Amino acid sequence: MIPEHIKLVSNILDLKSLDQKPIREGFGFGLVEAADADPNVVGLCADLTESTKMEAFVKKYPERFVQIGVAEQNLAAVASGMAAAGKVPFISSYAMFSPGRNWEQIRTTICYNERHVIIVGSHAGVSVGPDGATHQAIEDIAIMRPIANMTVLAPCDANEAWKATVAAAKLAGPVYIRLAREKTPVFTTLETPFQVGRAYRVWEPTNSPPLVVIIACGSLVHNAILAAQELEKENTGVIVVNNHTIKPMDEETIIAVAKEAGAVVTVEEHQVMGGMGSAVAEVLVRNYPVPMEFVGVQNQFGESGEPNELIEKFGMGVSSIVAAVKKVVQRK
Amino acid sequence: MHLTEEKIKFLEQKANDIRISVIEMLIEAGSGHTAGPLGMADIFTAMYFHILKHDPHNPDWQERDRLVLSNGHICPVLYATLAHAEYVPLKELQTLRKLGTRLQGHPHRTSLPGLETTSGPLGSGLSQAVGMAIALGIDKKPNQVYCLTSDGEHDAGNTWEAIMLAGKLRLTNLTNIIDRNNIQIDGITENIMPLEPLREKYEAFNWHVLEINGHNFHEIINAYEEARAIYERPVCIIAHTIPGKGIPEIEFDYRWHGNPPGKGPEDKIPKEEQGKRFLAELRTLGGAITSEHQ
Repeated sequence: MIPEHIKLVSNILDLKSLDQKPIREGFGFGLVEAADADPNVVGLCADLTESTKMEAFVKKYPERFVQIGVAEQNLAAVASGMAAAGKVPFISSYAMFSPGRNWEQIRTTICYNERHVIIVGSHAGVSVGPDGATHQAIEDIAIMRPIANMTVLAPCDANEAWKATVAAAKLAGPVYIRLAREKTPVFTTLETPFQVGRAYRVWEPTNSPPLVVIIACGSLVHNAILAAQELEKENTGVIVVNNHTIKPMDEETIIAVAKEAGAVVTVEEHQVMGGMGSAVAEVLVRNYPVPMEFVGVQNQFGESGEPNELIEKFGMGVSSIVAAVKKVVQRK
Repeated sequence: MHLTEEKIKFLEQKANDIRISVIEMLIEAGSGHTAGPLGMADIFTAMYFHILKHDPHNPDWQERDRLVLSNGHICPVLYATLAHAEYVPLKELQTLRKLGTRLQGHPHRTSLPGLETTSGPLGSGLSQAVGMAIALGIDKKPNQVYCLTSDGEHDAGNTWEAIMLAGKLRLTNLTNIIDRNNIQIDGITENIMPLEPLREKYEAFNWHVLEINGHNFHEIINAYEEARAIYERPVCIIAHTIPGKGIPEIEFDYRWHGNPPGKGPEDKIPKEEQGKRFLAELRTLGGAITSEHQ
């Protein structure tokens, strides 16, 4: 069941009536709000203002926008320089190119240089769809989270992306925000709590103590909730956690739910190597080791196809999550 | 500021003191780059003792000009200049590259007052200077942004991305000074990856280009004044320099790019002996005077 206090939409389990929007759209609204609040907020883009949803900001604040062209290394380092002169730069491109292509500039000129720059990587995951594997970033969490000083956020829907964007402008230091291209269910509301570094529970078992906790991030949090509902029908009680802040991770919540359930399944639209699940494992191995399964891309590249087909093919659909839960229960 | 003969003499003496500090630091550190720092000593001296608007006792002064060192590996000359300009105690220069030092092997901005950025990986300093110039321009501030780049880092695509953007935006508050010393680690720049015609390349990207002798203070300072006068274009000063300037036996030799005294290309001379000879070269201005007290 959905806990009331987190104020999710009431039709969360009804895919037919549920509103669907791309997560990146929330970034577009959030950036305008952040720019309204702080005149130092500036935007830089590498020739993708429409598809990264920076265009509303560009229209409203043209004098605070820099069109960099297809030059992602410049995108990152110019932003570092603007931050040095007092600006709060948001840089946007596809995650494959930023942070994919400009990793070293992000590391040296932004992170090691301690600059407050927000790197917004859109089109993460295989759900990018027909464009194929060249444009499907499934390694971005793994390359962002080991850099010292970096905060890594993977919002679960358009509303959460909006809040993450507004929050990122007020943080100190570098921030990476991971967004997705395709429309996905909007199941949080503007009243749903969001705090960087604070994971929250989006599903609780109704009648029995939990057997497993599913820790998910990004667009797959909704699939995790659908899986929890199916498992409930089979009398397998689970907790689902929305772990939107991959770094710094909410260790307290992660350890608490692992203790409560005794087994963990992580779910992310990313390589299982180095992703959110790996980060959860790093926390649990040190504090409270429990059996774990990892739902995500298993050492493969994506391919062209419809988003839903790809999510299924690469083992991240509802049935795959259910199977992973059953597998981890066997290992308890 | 008026440039008197007396001031020129002062700058020449200061540059020589900075070169001596560079060699002393490198001897003590046992690693680091020699050729580039010696070649750029005159330009660093001109920047910190004549051109830049800055305050060593208030490094974060909002009104200061910004000097971005892109090719961070020549930092011994930056550190030595900052010390002679009283940002850092002179004796701290002896900590270069040692555990716990503020003088990291490549500059780390937050470690040391006076550093505008962290650098070392080549090709991204000009982008940062462009970003500073854009931001200062948005706020209509008068601060000038100076970037020091190496010729070798013009191999990097990132440098050209920055050149293109600065030309597009007509950044009038930006000057890029290129250390055109013709060497990089593996050899002569024109053999590794030809850069010429460098002047015409910049001009084609809508920059105003000046070429100077990077060891002549009149030319350095005249170029700076002309750069200030150029309106609606970024300025590139191609400073022709001699790598290793001041120590004849290493001048022009690319093999001295990345090693300190005692670890030269022949690698036969102990660092104490070689260091002593290098310092004597500098103290006597290559034999032009017989002792440093003359």
